[in-house]
Amino acid sequence: MSKITMVEAVNLALDHAMENNPDVVMLGEDIGVNGGVFRATQGLRDKYGLKRVMDTPLAETLIAGISIGMAAQGLKPVAEIQFMGFIFPTMEQLICHAARMRNRTRGRLSCPMVLRAPFGGGIHAPEHHSESTEALLAHIPGLRVVIPSSPVRAYGLLRSAINEPDPVIFLEPKRIYRASKQEVDQNTPLLPLDKCFTLKQGQDVTLVSWGASVKETMEAARTMEQHGVSAEVIDVATIKPLDMETILTSVRKTGRCVIVHEACKSFGAGAEIAANLAEQALSVLKAPVERVTGFDTIMPYYRMEDHYLPKPDDIMKAALKTLSFH
Amino acid sequence: MEKKELNPIPVYQYLDAEGEVIERLPGWTRNKDILLNYYCNMVLGRQADAKAIALQRTGKLGTYPSCLGQEAISTVFCSLMEKDDVLIPYYRDHPGLLARGIPLSDILLYWGGDERGSASEHWGKDFPNCVPIATQAGHAAGVAAALKIRHEPNIAVCALGDGATSKGDFSEALNLAGAWQLPVVFVINNNQWAISVPRTIQSGAPTLAQKGISAGLPSYQVDGNDVIALHEVLSEAMDRARQGKGATVIEAISYRLGDHTTADDASRYRSGDELQQAWNKEPIKRLRTFLHHRGYWDEQQEQALIKDVGQQIEQNVQTYLNTPLPPVKDLFDYHYANMPSTLKQQKQEAELRATGGKHHE
Repeated sequence: MSKITMVEAVNLALDHAMENNPDVVMLGEDIGVNGGVFRATQGLRDKYGLKRVMDTPLAETLIAGISIGMAAQGLKPVAEIQFMGFIFPTMEQLICHAARMRNRTRGRLSCPMVLRAPFGGGIHAPEHHSESTEALLAHIPGLRVVIPSSPVRAYGLLRSAINEPDPVIFLEPKRIYRASKQEVDQNTPLLPLDKCFTLKQGQDVTLVSWGASVKETMEAARTMEQHGVSAEVIDVATIKPLDMETILTSVRKTGRCVIVHEACKSFGAGAEIAANLAEQALSVLKAPVERVTGFDTIMPYYRMEDHYLPKPDDIMKAALKTLSFH
Repeated sequence: MEKKELNPIPVYQYLDAEGEVIERLPGWTRNKDILLNYYCNMVLGRQADAKAIALQRTGKLGTYPSCLGQEAISTVFCSLMEKDDVLIPYYRDHPGLLARGIPLSDILLYWGGDERGSASEHWGKDFPNCVPIATQAGHAAGVAAALKIRHEPNIAVCALGDGATSKGDFSEALNLAGAWQLPVVFVINNNQWAISVPRTIQSGAPTLAQKGISAGLPSYQVDGNDVIALHEVLSEAMDRARQGKGATVIEAISYRLGDHTTADDASRYRSGDELQQAWNKEPIKRLRTFLHHRGYWDEQQEQALIKDVGQQIEQNVQTYLNTPLPPVKDLFDYHYANMPSTLKQQKQEAELRATGGKHHE
């Protein structure tokens, strides 16, 4: 088994899904000859042909719209939107149609599509290429929003997303597309959706994160370990629907929680987790829940993005604040 | 340089407003059954429409969009469709849905606020009504792409209003249909009004059909109140799609004789004179006159049809009114095939709320 990066794991997952299911088709801008701007679809057009790997016109609304049409007729479209900043034209289709098709026909039609998009900051991309707007999508009934944090997770979750009978928004944190390698091959197990993953056991504080921020969160946890603080780290992975049970189990053990995400602070998935903890775990909390997040500002251009993205130090400070609360 | 008038769009019409033949009739018109089927369905559509409005006025139906005056368009394209073709309708195609075999009770159930109106087996793989304007154009392109990818012999038919042609979704779908040679027919129901916005300020283009030209698609105008013209242009477009020759855009010119919906009052924004002129062109009277002239129809048949249509409508209204409310769990059961645990909890809460907390007693 060879070690591969996250973007290679995405490619492998797409390859294996297409190999195993002739109904799986892919569509998007530049995904054919070019293999996608990040090369996530590299080689797939040569292998599966023009009718299964389709370069579309430059029209994001259309990409979502035709995916819905295809899915409702029984195909399994896996659409790529080049960057999450370009996902906004698809929102009407996702909200008004993809998310509702099963419900509005009482199951007569459904929308088993996957919409993939690289997201998040930290790669010095131009304006509109670095936002983390996962909460917008997570708010919508009928959608699933899945975010991997490693090559193994990307492979296992994407394969499951493609098997899912309902629409899944699969957001790929591009900052860690090539940040690390793991052993992944076609025998790597599929991973369940709607489940958090506990990456590190700990007793003193629960650190909750997802996507690229898991990297800084793990760094913070390891540093804290060296200083005698035992942090439990949870990778949320599926933002919607949210597996609060895993988070609650951890917080009932540690009594403290720090939520880490790149997205703006307000009205985000972190706020949802904090509200759930307030509703269901107030009596076990030894300190207020802390959030370490991006700011409620527009994601800055790349010269300033380091000031925006949470750092391991920020996470440690928040954790220590919960530990010193009386 | 001499300026030339740009009018690249052929216009089809066989019957004038009085039902007189103005073009040499195609051979199929000797088959009176085709014409009588169109006529009967249009009458059913109009009577059902009147009944739906009456139900809304008496609090038995939700807000409802009338199809008054444009019964011919969807009647013809739906009658020409094969069972396994896929209809992607807009929200004013009720006569077409009836022609497609969808029971009136389903249509009433939908406008009566019950999702099950789009759920019955009669719908096959057809799409439910589309409320957000023009968004269904992309679905139609996707359906057509799926049919093409799977080498299936069927086609997609997409209906839209004149206002829908102003949206990017429409242009994007036409563009793709041209680029990918998709088996789809786009039918614009140009009823002259997008709520209060008249066709004249909807677009500066002399025709709406010509928007298909920029996508490389054959594009036609047709008198949408003339079933013979509709049959000709639609059947040709559908044959083209079936033969793998690609998509067609058809602008069917009609008039919305009613309000936009039962929540609208069209007298606020359009004149009585204009409405009266439009009534003179309406499709049912025009076809009835033609059928009388041909000896295909008489007063006795008309009375029998009215009686039969009335009975059909009454039965369907009773079916609709007698349909019990769905259980509360229906709110939750169809959002996901695999229901998330958080939703299961909310489902229990809703059932408890609905039973006043007696659920577990």
